[in-house]
Amino acid sequence: MASRKESTSVSSTAMASTGGTLDSPVKQIQIEGLVVLKIIKHYQEEGQGSEVVQGVLLGLVVDDRLEITNCFPFPQHTEDDADFDEVQYQMEMMRSLRHVNIDHLHVGWYQSTYYGSFVSRALLDSQFSYQHAIEESVVLIYDPIKTAQGSLSLKAYRLTPKLMEICKEKDFTPEGLKKANIGFEQMFEEVPIVIKNSHLINVLMWELEDKSTVADKHELLNLSSSNHLEKSLQLLMDRVDDMSQDIVKYNTYSRNLSKQQQQKHQYLQRRQQENAQRQSRGEPPLPEEDISKLFKPPQPPPRMDTLLIAGQINNYCQNVKEFTSQNLGKLFMAEALQGHN
Amino acid sequence: MESVRCGAVEDAVISPAPIKPACLFACLPQTLLISTTEGTVLSLLSMSVFGPVVKIHPVVLASICDSYERRNEGASRVIGTLLGTIDKHSIEVTNCFSVPHNESEDEVAVDMEFAKNMYELHKRVSPTEVIIGWYATGFDITEHSVLIHEYYSREASNPIHLTVDTALQSGKMNIRAYVSAQMGVPGKTVGVMFTPLTVKYVYYDTERIGVDLLQRTRLTPSRTNGLTSDLSQVGGAAARVQDMLTTVLAYIEDVLSGKVTADNSVGRFLMDLVNKVPTISPEDFENMLNSNINDLLMVTYLSNLTQAQIALNEKLVLL
Repeated sequence: MASRKESTSVSSTAMASTGGTLDSPVKQIQIEGLVVLKIIKHYQEEGQGSEVVQGVLLGLVVDDRLEITNCFPFPQHTEDDADFDEVQYQMEMMRSLRHVNIDHLHVGWYQSTYYGSFVSRALLDSQFSYQHAIEESVVLIYDPIKTAQGSLSLKAYRLTPKLMEICKEKDFTPEGLKKANIGFEQMFEEVPIVIKNSHLINVLMWELEDKSTVADKHELLNLSSSNHLEKSLQLLMDRVDDMSQDIVKYNTYSRNLSKQQQQKHQYLQRRQQENAQRQSRGEPPLPEEDISKLFKPPQPPPRMDTLLIAGQINNYCQNVKEFTSQNLGKLFMAEALQGHN
Repeated sequence: MESVRCGAVEDAVISPAPIKPACLFACLPQTLLISTTEGTVLSLLSMSVFGPVVKIHPVVLASICDSYERRNEGASRVIGTLLGTIDKHSIEVTNCFSVPHNESEDEVAVDMEFAKNMYELHKRVSPTEVIIGWYATGFDITEHSVLIHEYYSREASNPIHLTVDTALQSGKMNIRAYVSAQMGVPGKTVGVMFTPLTVKYVYYDTERIGVDLLQRTRLTPSRTNGLTSDLSQVGGAAARVQDMLTTVLAYIEDVLSGKVTADNSVGRFLMDLVNKVPTISPEDFENMLNSNINDLLMVTYLSNLTQAQIALNEKLVLL
C-alpha cells in the first residue's frame, strides 16, 4: 500500500508546525473516550476478517502530551480508485470538520491489527512519512481480537530517532545498519496511553449504566485458550520461516563475499608472481587491471526486512507470553474453585 | 392570530407565534396534547408507543456530547444528522455528524450543502449507512424543529428525531426519540405530531468492553484512566466477580434471617449458579489442569527461545 501522501500532510500541517520544533518527543498520549469508541466501531463494521482498517487521528499537542480529540476513518483501499481519491477525501473531511469546531490538526493515524502482526514495510513507510512531516505523530494499533477477549488493547508507537535517521538515509545495507547500531528492539518506542473524558461524557456514562442491562463482563475469565494460541503460533512459525530464509540469503551473501575476497587475493598474488617472472625475464610488466571490474562484488541484501521480521517475531512472542501468563492465572483460579467443591 | 398553547401535566411546552398548519408538541411519554387553531385541547393519557424501536450505539451519544461542547459562541443547541440502518421493526443508529446551523427567534438556517457533503464522505467509508434522521440537543421540541424535520423528510423517508438534553435541565440527560406523524383534519388544518419511540442502547461486544473501560474514568478526580495489562486485568475481573458474589451472599443472609422474603425466581437462579461449577473427579481435573498448564508453559518456553534466537542473530550480524 502506498504511503500516505507526504505533500498533503506537509501542507495541512503548515498550521500545525507549532510543535514541530519541540526537542523532546511526546511522553504521553491522552485519548478521549469518543476516539476509542469510534475506532472500535470502525473495525466492527468495516473490518471483518484479516482486513486492516485505517484512519486518521486529530488533536493537538500540549506540553509533552499528545491529546487526541477526534478521528475519522479511511475508506477501504480499493484497486479501482486512484490514490488521488484518498487525498481529496482527507482534505474535504478536514475542511468540513473545521466548520464544526473539531480540531483539524493531524497528529497521527490508527490501524487495526490481526493477532499483533503490524510490523511491516508499509507501516514503517507510513509512520516515517507522518513523523517526518509532524514531529509528534504516533500510530495507534488497535487489536480487536484481544479486545474481544476482555480488555481493550490499544497501543501507541513511534519510530525511534535512530530509525528515523536510517529511513532518511535509505541506507539499508548491513554496513549502514551496523553504523547506526540499531537492533530490532530499538525500532519502535511505545508511548503510554491515558484515557480522559470530559464531565459531560461522564454524565453520559452514568446514564448508560443506569439504562443498560448488566453486561456479560466475563469474557476475560474465559478459560479456553487453544484457539488463540494456535493462531498465534502459526503466525509465529510463518515469520520464523521468513526469517530463516532471510538468514540463508545473508549467509550465501557473506560466503560469496569471502570467496570473492579469496579469489581477488589469489589473482593479485598470481599477478605479482607473473610480474616478478616477467621482470626477471626482462619483459615489461603486465598492466594493472582494474580488479573491481573483474570481480564484481555481490549485492549486499537489504537488512531492513530482517529487522522488521525480527521486530515482528519479538512482538508475537511478547503477546503470546502475556496471553499465557493470563491463562495460567485463570487456570489456578479454576483449580482453587474446584478444590472447594 | 390566535396563540396556540399547550400545557402538560408536569412540564410545559409553549409554542410562540403560530404557523398556519398548527404545530403540536410531545411533552411526556404518557401524555400527549394536541391543539389546533380553533383552540380545542385534547389530551390522550398513557399513550402507548407505536413505531419502530430505536437502538442507539454509545458512539452516537458521545459524538453528540462532544459536538455540544464544541458549539459556536451564542448557539444554544447543536443539530446534526443521524446515520444508521433500518430494519423491519427497529432502527439502529450507528453514526452521526454535526451540521452547522444558525437559529434565532424567527428563523432557522441549516447548512444542507455541508450535510450532503459529509454524508457522501461517510458513505465512502461505510456504504451501508443511510440517513435515518437528525438529532438536536436541548430539552424541548421547538417550532424550528418542525422546519428542520421537514428538511430531513426530503432526505430520508420517515426520519426520526433524537433529543439529548445536554444542559441537564431535569437533572438527567433525557435521551428521547420521536417520529413525526401527520394529523388533524384533512383538507382543513393539518399539523405535525411528534410521537415518542422506545429507545434502547445496543453495543457490539468490543464496544461494551470499551465502554466499561471508559466507565472507570468516572472514579478518578482527574477523569483519567490508564490502560492496564497482563495479570492485573485478570485480577480486576476476578475482583468484580467477587463483588458480585458478596452481594449475592448478603442477599442470601438476609433471606435466611428472615429480613427479606424469599423470591423463587432468584432461588432458581442461585441453584443454576451453584450447579454451574462442574463436578469432576479430582484425578480427571488434575489431568486436565496439568495438560493445560503444560501447554502454556511449553508455549512460553518456545517464545522465550525464539526471542533469544533473534537477539543472538542480531548480535552475530552486527559483529
